[in-house]
Amino acid sequence: MPTAIRVEGLSKTFDTAAVLHDLSLDVRAGELIGLLGPSGSGKTTLLRIIAGLDFPDRGRILFGGDDATGLPVQKRAVGFVFQHYALFKHMTVADNIAYGLNARARSERPPQAEIRRRVGNLLDLIRLSGFADRYPSQLSGGQRQRIALARALAVEPRVLLLDEPFGALDAQVRKDLRRWLREIHDRTGQTTIFVTHDQDEALELSDRVAVLDKGRLEQVGTPDEVQDTPVSATVLRFLGDSIEVEAIAEGGRVLVAGHPTPVAAPSGLIGPVTLHVRPWQLQFVEPAQAHLSGTVRSSYRSQGRQRIEVDRGAEKPLVVEDTDGERYEAGRPVGLRINGGYVFA
Amino acid sequence: MVETLRPRRRFRQPSVIPGFGLTFGYALTCLGLVVLLPLAALVARASGLGLSGILEVASDPRVASALKVSFGVSLVAALVASVFGFLVAWVLTRYRFPGRRLVDAVVDLPFALPTAVAGIALASLYAPNGLVGEQLEKIGIKAAYTPVGIFIAMVFIGLPFAVRTVQPLIAEIDKEIEEASATLGATRWRTLTRVVLPPLIPAVLTGFALAFARGVGEYGSIIFIAGNLPYVSEIAPLLIVIKLSEFDYGGAAAIATIMLAISFLTLLLINLIQAWSRRRFGYV
Repeated sequence: MPTAIRVEGLSKTFDTAAVLHDLSLDVRAGELIGLLGPSGSGKTTLLRIIAGLDFPDRGRILFGGDDATGLPVQKRAVGFVFQHYALFKHMTVADNIAYGLNARARSERPPQAEIRRRVGNLLDLIRLSGFADRYPSQLSGGQRQRIALARALAVEPRVLLLDEPFGALDAQVRKDLRRWLREIHDRTGQTTIFVTHDQDEALELSDRVAVLDKGRLEQVGTPDEVQDTPVSATVLRFLGDSIEVEAIAEGGRVLVAGHPTPVAAPSGLIGPVTLHVRPWQLQFVEPAQAHLSGTVRSSYRSQGRQRIEVDRGAEKPLVVEDTDGERYEAGRPVGLRINGGYVFA
Repeated sequence: MVETLRPRRRFRQPSVIPGFGLTFGYALTCLGLVVLLPLAALVARASGLGLSGILEVASDPRVASALKVSFGVSLVAALVASVFGFLVAWVLTRYRFPGRRLVDAVVDLPFALPTAVAGIALASLYAPNGLVGEQLEKIGIKAAYTPVGIFIAMVFIGLPFAVRTVQPLIAEIDKEIEEASATLGATRWRTLTRVVLPPLIPAVLTGFALAFARGVGEYGSIIFIAGNLPYVSEIAPLLIVIKLSEFDYGGAAAIATIMLAISFLTLLLINLIQAWSRRRFGYV
């Protein structure tokens, strides 16, 4: 796939605090890429720089090979969707969607009949056909965000940029809109970059995920890649729950409490290491075969899985996920075997 | 049989803060004593002349021209005050510059200054030998002792109303809607005229109405700068004072009643436009 947008060596400082450090990223044409990171990681700043709403101190933005770094926002042909919708409250839904088309210079503006037709098509696309003459204040949050998306799509942007698009919505609406956004993307093939701090959202929606931390790009890859082979502890921690276990790397294997684990140590790594283990990589076993032991502190069931908190004395309690249906009551002594994990050099 | 539950219509809405009866009664009493009673007395006094008597006073050319000056100049002055007031409010809320707080405080001075002081200050500035009047004279504009002077005084006293009504709304403008407009390809001018300004119209109208009302009723600051030439720069409030000093209470009441009626109708009209624009913009 050709590169639609290339970000090269971007740096940005706000009042002495650096928010982006020499960040480079290629966005492929037609892909849906998620910028994932904790708050303060610089993901929104990156999105705003691509849109032309902020300007970098150093580095370049290329749109399909053309340098767009100095291009003003009005000329970039991007569609931007804000977390809080930013709809024009004094305009009807139809006028909101038609705004970008009506804002074009007279020579490039489609005739009014054509604008109306396109607004109608977009309203169909976002499944709000009967709402053309409503005002934004008469709509729910989810509906408003769909209008904001239609408004951004109306100008046929080179790239669609979404800044925490579902952040202001409640959980159920958020889930519906996610699926729906994916559908729209599959139908339109629109190159899309969206920002989120929600791992689930990024992993469910994206073709590729770019994980940012402290203004640096940690890893880019498909959701499978970043989950199966995280490049750093930061990425691993950010993508879900994990526990850290003290271990020893020896002869290409990782040992915990003297027992070997199935985890391979990176070549050349010898000595004490930190083993990162996901809750589902732990299994209850007889104490004799266990890497770790402790007593059950509490447990609860949710959506077919049991999450058990195990107390390990002085150390941080750990969380185990179990699906075998056996209930683990508080106070029961248990042994745990490590079936997998990650070690970083 | 289906029993229809019809909610009983009541003035009182359920609320966590009690005391509707007391506060409503108190407000009505105060409004009656302070506002309605004097106005009623005025109308009662004027009605002694009868409708024909009032019309006769109104058709007196001197009265008619004074009313024309008062209302005409007030309208123009309120318009100008609204435009400048808007700009002042915009600059004060959108930009950070040294001395901003000071300028912000100065805006209120016309509220606090005794109107006569303002009038004398303006008159000495704009008189043919005054600091500004001299310069204006050179380009052929006579400010003091003409309707232009009345206009200047009215803008002066009306400006704070125009500033203070729009200022909070400008401060509340969401920067994201401007950014949204820009990402959609709109020029700055279009963003300003289509996105930023329309929601401010009701507030601008309120400021306009207040400045206009203040201008119509203004007396102290105007009479020093106006020159008070009958048929040229004589305002209706001054004419009322003249009638009173001639013990023509009926005539004075008649002019006052006419002013009251015109003011009321104008303010009602502005209120209606406002209600319409609120509906038009679909919110608030």
